Amino acid sequence: MIAEFGLAALWLAGALAVLQLIAGTLALSGKGPGLAGIVRPVAMMQGVLALLAFASLILLFWHTDLSVKLVALNSHSAKPLIYKLAGTWGNHEGSMLLWVAVMSMAGGFVALVERRLPEPTMLATLAGQAFVSIGFYAFLLMSSNPFERLPQPAIEGQGLNPLLQDIGLAFHPPTLYLGYVGLSVAFSFAIGALVTRQVGPAFARAMRPWVMGAWIFLTLGITAGSYWAYYELGWGGWWFWDPVENASLMPWLAATALLHSASVLAARNALRAWTVMLGVVAFSMSMVGTFLVRSGILTSVHAFAVDPERGSFILALLAINIGAALTLFALRAATVTEGERFAVTSREGALVFNNVMLTGILGIVLVGTLYPLLAEAMGTKVSVGPPYFNPAGAMFAVPMLIVMAVGPLLRWRRDSFSRVRAALVLPLPLLLGLGLAVGLAFNRGIGLLPAIGLALAPAIMLASLLPLRARSLKRTPLPVWGMVFAHFGIAVAMFGMASESAFSSERLVAANVGDSVEVGPWKVRLARIEPIAGQNWTALEAKMLASYAGGAATEIDPQARSFWTPPQQTAESALLTRWNGQLYAVLGEQAEDGRWQLRLWWKPFVPLIWLGGVLVALGGLLALIGRVASDLRRYVVREKIADRRQRQGR
Amino acid sequence: MSEPAAKASRWALWLPLGLFGLFVALVLYGLMRPASHDIPSAMIGKPLPEFNLPAAQPDRPGLKRADLATGKPRLLNIFASWCIPCAAEAAQLSELARQGVEIDGIAIRDHPEDLAGFLSRYGNPYARIGADDVSSVQLALGSSGVPETFVIDGQGTIRYQHIGDIRPDQIPLILQKLAEAGQ
Repeated sequence: MIAEFGLAALWLAGALAVLQLIAGTLALSGKGPGLAGIVRPVAMMQGVLALLAFASLILLFWHTDLSVKLVALNSHSAKPLIYKLAGTWGNHEGSMLLWVAVMSMAGGFVALVERRLPEPTMLATLAGQAFVSIGFYAFLLMSSNPFERLPQPAIEGQGLNPLLQDIGLAFHPPTLYLGYVGLSVAFSFAIGALVTRQVGPAFARAMRPWVMGAWIFLTLGITAGSYWAYYELGWGGWWFWDPVENASLMPWLAATALLHSASVLAARNALRAWTVMLGVVAFSMSMVGTFLVRSGILTSVHAFAVDPERGSFILALLAINIGAALTLFALRAATVTEGERFAVTSREGALVFNNVMLTGILGIVLVGTLYPLLAEAMGTKVSVGPPYFNPAGAMFAVPMLIVMAVGPLLRWRRDSFSRVRAALVLPLPLLLGLGLAVGLAFNRGIGLLPAIGLALAPAIMLASLLPLRARSLKRTPLPVWGMVFAHFGIAVAMFGMASESAFSSERLVAANVGDSVEVGPWKVRLARIEPIAGQNWTALEAKMLASYAGGAATEIDPQARSFWTPPQQTAESALLTRWNGQLYAVLGEQAEDGRWQLRLWWKPFVPLIWLGGVLVALGGLLALIGRVASDLRRYVVREKIADRRQRQGR
Repeated sequence: MSEPAAKASRWALWLPLGLFGLFVALVLYGLMRPASHDIPSAMIGKPLPEFNLPAAQPDRPGLKRADLATGKPRLLNIFASWCIPCAAEAAQLSELARQGVEIDGIAIRDHPEDLAGFLSRYGNPYARIGADDVSSVQLALGSSGVPETFVIDGQGTIRYQHIGDIRPDQIPLILQKLAEAGQ
């Protein structure tokens, strides 16, 4: 019953999306006077139905209803409840349903709350949102029905990839999806603005909270994904430039650029066409990323749904959506005037520079991700990794970070560096001093990029606090706090990255029980190996005693885990975090002579990478709260004025 | 803005669509291409790297680069006793050896006892077998797995790489590649 209900809700939601598109288009062209009124309610209804469909699927996974094909293939009655639920989106069909549900709910929410834009722009926006949704409904209903029944209920489910049985991963994809799909709202706003040629500060203000919300989720999703890869894959690395990682990074880069250009548009009515373009690009990157992951077109460690037919379907969707949006852009953008002018040395100038650099990094990542495919078309096989991405990305990232430190100090429209020179009296000497110190260290074999990062990060941390100087901290608006947090977080993360690659020490040893191994300042003793059992796995657990610089010993317990549904081995690494870094231990196999393979890393300051990511997201949250609160205040004031006028009029 | 500049920027507005078109063309090619995960060696057409492997078996000599440049084309087979397709391939190698093809082997990460068992069970078509215990020569040859077979010409240049086991119907192909290498 639940499966049929979910399927019916999904069909209905799809039908409402079609209605939303038709009614919106007709109302826009003035053909149906009564139709304009139904677009908003239809959008909300569609959101509710899509949510019901998704809730039905969660329920099916909760009960492990093995008569449903998707549940039988991806779940198991012996799995812990939390992973049963996570199994809902841990597969192709479920994750596409989540995608559609989030997109429809976002559209419904826009219809519910957004009152600032002119009504025609809203109609065009909601019609645009419906246009994109319809393709995904069709995709789900025609080629990836999540509610399909089996002719005979299965006796037992076929489990979930044990690598995915991890609390971080259970919530990582939905977080990323909220980000990916949240950007669809920015896409639809851009379409609406292009159709009605209403590109201005009101458009930017309406779009900004959505971009900000999506961006917060993307930031958290990427941060969590990176941490997951770090401790779950057991390779000690935190970023692999894998196509799937790049797929999440590219929308983030575009959304970051969009946030900044939308600020310029909102405050100064400049960068109109560029902001609209970024609105289109950001969601396009979400779709491109999803396509690259789902089609299996690029070889990836994450490939969990490789199906050329589905790939073709997503490609068709992508070509229609992005192609149509870019055609509309090409036709309309010439009539969108460029807006206000500004000097090169100004807040706008710095933000434009930031945008160009972010776009540059985006280009680098996109080209690097697609290059293996391009090379194959030319007849050679290559893989592209850190030796390309790191220096090429840094080429744009380093100037961008320097401007990020100075830009917020500049005034809008026109400014001069001599005015802000006084403010840089602390960070600049710090940079020079650290540069010198690190330059000396560079001689001792630290790479060039980590050296630059180590020198730059503290100076940028300090500089990012400067916008708070000469302000009353109590009266500083939340969006300014948000900016300070986010910029500070970027510098913190950068310090972690640089420190990790400059100072990590690694030991790979074969140890007998009782042996001690030294790694960096740590001394780690392998005390014993014990078998232990979990709900659906058994493991060998190493009891290790780790002491830092001769101090008291702490126990850490890495495991080599064996799952039985499906049979698979995973290495559960053990982490020991201190304020100045992390000890990372992995238990490998036992050799024939009885010794155990141990891998140990000491990674100074590595947690700062993720702490920085969280700070960036927190900054976004502060800015979002500040903006929404002031929007609400403005709304209340406007209502009051309207109310008073009405009474006076009477 | 002057008139030609305005016209130029109007054309530039189509640029994103053009780039996107290129992207679609590229991934369409990617979707259409036959799914293949073979990674061809970058060493084809190049002389063999210098190496000198110890003997993997007491009854056969080890293998060094000079052994392969004998003026006559030979096969160099990368295999291991723990590799199941290698066992399936052994009959074809024996057939090639029976037809007079000279074959040298490199055993990857193997133990002498296991290897002796493998050779007694499936036949030993090899003139020499080198023991590559850390895959160093395998990697230098640009081989990404076992089994792989290289056609080496008389001057010690790699002329052809066969990825995966040699199937019975592929024996003529190998003979043809050997003949080409001999010209």
